[in-house]
Amino acid sequence: MDPTLILAAGIASGTILLFAAIGEIFAERAGVLNLGVEGMMLMGAVAGFSTTVSTGNPWLGLAVAMLAGGLLSLLHGVITIHFQADQVVSGLSLTFLGTGLARVLGEGLSSAGGTSLLPRLTIPLLADVPGIGPVLFRNQSVLVYVGYLLVPAAWYWIHRTRPGLHLRAAGEQPASADALGIDVYRLRYAYVFVGGLLAGLAGAMITLAIQPGWFSDQTVGGRGWIAVGLVIFAQWSPVRAAIGAFLFGAIFRFILDVQGPADLFGIANPFRAGQSATFFLGMLPYVLVIVVLVLGSREATRRRLGAPAALGLPYVRGERGH
Amino acid sequence: MTSGRLPIGSSRSLPVRLSVERRLAAPRWLGPVTTIGAVVLALLVSAVIIALVGGDPVRSYLHIVRSAFGSVGVLSDTLVKATPLILTGLACALAFRMRLWNIGAEGQFLLGAWGASAIVLAPVLPAGTPGILVIPAMMLAGAAAGAAWGMIPGVLRARFGVNEIITTLMLNYVALLWMQYWVFGPWSEGGFQQTAQFPREAWLPRLTDLSGSLPAFSGLTIHLGLVFGLVAAAVVWFVLRRGRWGYEIRLIGDSPRAARYAGIDIARHIVVVFAISGALAGLAGMSEVSGVVHRLQDRISPGYGFTAIIIAYLAKFNPLGVIVAAILFGALLLAGREIQPSGVPSMIQGIVLFALITSEILVRYRVRLVRPGRAAA
Repeated sequence: MDPTLILAAGIASGTILLFAAIGEIFAERAGVLNLGVEGMMLMGAVAGFSTTVSTGNPWLGLAVAMLAGGLLSLLHGVITIHFQADQVVSGLSLTFLGTGLARVLGEGLSSAGGTSLLPRLTIPLLADVPGIGPVLFRNQSVLVYVGYLLVPAAWYWIHRTRPGLHLRAAGEQPASADALGIDVYRLRYAYVFVGGLLAGLAGAMITLAIQPGWFSDQTVGGRGWIAVGLVIFAQWSPVRAAIGAFLFGAIFRFILDVQGPADLFGIANPFRAGQSATFFLGMLPYVLVIVVLVLGSREATRRRLGAPAALGLPYVRGERGH
Repeated sequence: MTSGRLPIGSSRSLPVRLSVERRLAAPRWLGPVTTIGAVVLALLVSAVIIALVGGDPVRSYLHIVRSAFGSVGVLSDTLVKATPLILTGLACALAFRMRLWNIGAEGQFLLGAWGASAIVLAPVLPAGTPGILVIPAMMLAGAAAGAAWGMIPGVLRARFGVNEIITTLMLNYVALLWMQYWVFGPWSEGGFQQTAQFPREAWLPRLTDLSGSLPAFSGLTIHLGLVFGLVAAAVVWFVLRRGRWGYEIRLIGDSPRAARYAGIDIARHIVVVFAISGALAGLAGMSEVSGVVHRLQDRISPGYGFTAIIIAYLAKFNPLGVIVAAILFGALLLAGREIQPSGVPSMIQGIVLFALITSEILVRYRVRLVRPGRAAA
């Protein structure tokens, strides 16, 4: 086990969570909770993979995957923004629908075998920086670099631009935003759609770059839900989301890698694939999400940080605020 | 409350436009009619999708009806499938009534199945203990394990304000791995993904067991778990409808602020409701291992705990409605096993839930076509 390779793989696996979490941050910042991330990721995963299998073009697959996630998210948008249905229930149905649809569309795909994947790149010079260079910049999927760029871009967009200010206003004080001439409905639609695009991208990254293939709903395996949890931990900040995503990505990857070797540090490896202890190892990310949420909630209470004030609440023009 | 007008089709060039206004009162018949309409609509949408992916929707649906309700024998199998759904559906309906999103019935079900199995496999009770002792011990262990699993998110929510949706979901994955550890590891029978079969004393009695004296019951797989489900539904219905506790639960669900002003201890209610919810789901797990499978095995649940969410919603959180909805979804699960593509049942579930929440709009809002000039009245 080369630690550099393991860390590099952890970064790649974390980028999946990163895309999904940043997409969800955009939607929630606008005031719309979308619990359908898992379903949108599955749709992205299956749409991207099957498009690539039939056309041989992974870029087309990526585009179709993002569109699939985006379209699914618009359904959530119509139901929660226009019709003001409960965002929790609508999001849950989105996950059911996405999971079911993905399984229907993915029927027979698991035997499709290999397909062309998104390219990997090594960034010259940066890859030779001692320590972090080989981890971050050597032979990584092109999407990993997109992820690196997305974090500062999202932060800048949310905190330093006028549209970002409107975004935060719609999530905190939609009535005031409306009074200032911001079209709250249109804005919420737009950011829910962006969340869907990014969730679709996250799903496609699994099947087209990180763990190629279609393994039914196990393909995503709860990562969409972990991303939703990360958003709370990240306190709706893209930078904190990146830290969480890479941390969990590394954990997911570590769990896979540690099952390989026959012995660790000279003693028999208790986590060898097939050993009983691997089940407890597999619990690690899920338990950690809970631990992180508990710690995060304490910190949030102490520092009086919180969710966007209007998160989960439908906005009805002309009705008194909540 | 003023009548909120939504900007649907607000394009001014059209001669008529769609106006959506909040209803002050909905007629009583509207709720049930829209619910049925939603299910029908969902089946139609699903049919279109099945046809689009190359399936035959008419044959699929006929197959569901025939293989779920076609004879006494299959009807009995449908009720067997409905049994865990009634109990997990009640678990969700009770929690949802208080607006506690327990998405963890699946994990609580698995823990219940594990706890009940432990009585026989650990073994807690020695081999040869009569069924009259083993069965109640298994029920108790299953319900207790489910309740304990449910209390974790309950306490975290009540004590730290941690979002219960995420914690219950995460605990589902943990519960599955926990159960798999025992099934693949200590309790594995000869390295297979299942435990040894339980002794007869640990089996819930089935109708077919009576076929000696009543030949008509021969082959009917309905077991005592169905009675657990029906009794539990009646008890939950009664408790929610009558009595102070049920009133407080409903009040917290409808208006947490009013409940707080009324001095209701919301945190305690959260933990208690989560415990009862978990116990119901755990009992479902017990009834499944003891009444159907007679052993613990991987893939013991085809997603009962998730289907339960839709059942609770379809029943509008009414415990008696849960029974009806559970039978419908029991039929879907039973017949769905042979439908291709295999994802169809879970897709139908998702579409049903979507159609349901969309249909509620018709209950809450009046949708009319209006001419722009007069719309402002």
